[in-house]
Amino acid sequence: MSARSVLRAAPTVLRVGLAEAVAYRAELLVWVLTTTMPFVMLAIFSAAAIDGPIGRYGQTELAAYFLATFVVRQITGSWAGWQINVDVREGTLATRMLRPLHPLVAYALEHAAAIPMRALAAAPVVVILLATSARSGLSRDPVSWLLLLVSLALAWLLTIFINFAIGCLAFFIDSSQRVLEVYLAVFFVASGYLVPLDVFPPAARRALSLMPFRHQVALPVEIFVGRYDGRAAALAVELAQQAGWTLVALGLVALAWTRGVRRYGAFGG
Amino acid sequence: MTRYARLLWVQLRASMLLAMQYRADFVLDGVVELFWASTTLLPFFVVFAARPVIGGWGRDEALVVVGCFIVLQGVLEGAVNPSLHGVVERVRNGTLDFVLLKPKDAQFLVSTARFSPWKCMNVVTGVVVFAVAFRGLGRPPSAAGVGIAAGMFACAIVVLYSVTTLVVSASFFVVRVDNLSFLFTAVFDAARWPATVFRGALRFVFTFVIPFAMMTTWPAEALLGGVDVRSMLLSAALAIGFAAVSRTVWLRALRSYASASS
Repeated sequence: MSARSVLRAAPTVLRVGLAEAVAYRAELLVWVLTTTMPFVMLAIFSAAAIDGPIGRYGQTELAAYFLATFVVRQITGSWAGWQINVDVREGTLATRMLRPLHPLVAYALEHAAAIPMRALAAAPVVVILLATSARSGLSRDPVSWLLLLVSLALAWLLTIFINFAIGCLAFFIDSSQRVLEVYLAVFFVASGYLVPLDVFPPAARRALSLMPFRHQVALPVEIFVGRYDGRAAALAVELAQQAGWTLVALGLVALAWTRGVRRYGAFGG
Repeated sequence: MTRYARLLWVQLRASMLLAMQYRADFVLDGVVELFWASTTLLPFFVVFAARPVIGGWGRDEALVVVGCFIVLQGVLEGAVNPSLHGVVERVRNGTLDFVLLKPKDAQFLVSTARFSPWKCMNVVTGVVVFAVAFRGLGRPPSAAGVGIAAGMFACAIVVLYSVTTLVVSASFFVVRVDNLSFLFTAVFDAARWPATVFRGALRFVFTFVIPFAMMTTWPAEALLGGVDVRSMLLSAALAIGFAAVSRTVWLRALRSYASASS
């Protein structure tokens, strides 16, 4: 499979993916509604911060942080791990493998195609962010806004690669759904999705900074809320780390796929 | 009535036998449960490390609410969800026919079809959380409080079951609804916080629309010693109301079931 064949197939796959996202818009909306945890956490934290800020987080900063978290998860979220599990178990992966496009590339393109609809679902929250006082908690540095896009792209890749790697475990252990659940639980806590990472005690913060998860949500969100305004050098280091983790994840995917697909029995189909 | 009791026993035993086949699941579910409990508890302790009292709730008092939540989550995922999620699948491929042909109430048959006994790990976790909370408070719950809390739990389970039945009934009208059931499970997560911490619209929604307050907050208050007749009555009323509505909707939905195979 060459880069050229991917480029040739991409527009069609993207169009089909977008059409699917539009056709099953009600289902997509329900999925978006299942990711409303940041709003609950926002309510809890603002109740806690009612008589003075927690760390650096006053009411405005909390609103900006959690609304940004919701938006980032909408754009970077991935469900490929569950998809691969179903496809391996029911044998539908065989159909995907017959196509002249690598199955993993196809999953990635389908995810990319759903981004416009997901962004549309996140749009009201973006409007709230920009129209209310939460706006003063956002970045004011054009460099930050530009690098936010880079960071979002890397977060998207990292999330889908982790999904691929765990999904491919299904080749070895029949079903990696429980591994996905454990991953999701760790992700919720360690990515800054439920709690801003700088509210954790210092020791926990150090441990979390050694893990890849904060690059999935916390880093883009912190750029979003202006933590790196005027600190381009520090941001470059963070982005380099994010890119590093993305490459590591890609390596794991390559390993898990090439080893795993040899064991694939393609039952059913 | 005794026939139904015998039937329930048969169905329960079948689920038990099925679960015993996959004994490794016991360990795996336990591990997964440990991780999920940590996603419940870590944010909890981080918030309460920042502030000792939130919305009138101290840490150990709020921990009792978390205990109620963990136990109820076990009931939801172990006894309510497995059977009723099966219905969505049966409606789609038409195998609900086989259930409707049987000479017993269809709702009873489908809602006792499957249990996940390993989810009782949640109850163990919940009891540990209760123990830690009451140790921190330095006083055990009163016998009357435990009795009232148990009654409220029963009402809460009725409401949980009714809400899930309502969601499942929707599958008779719209076909792609599998994720609606995930939606309720996801929204239920909010029940881990005392309902009175929320303000404004959220508090209203969590008290009356999706009554999380009666599921976790009121039983916790009863355990903590606050005997409130009003919330007891309201709890019972909500249970009866939700049960009646969900039964009506289920019967109506059943009438519009168009067997997929014929």
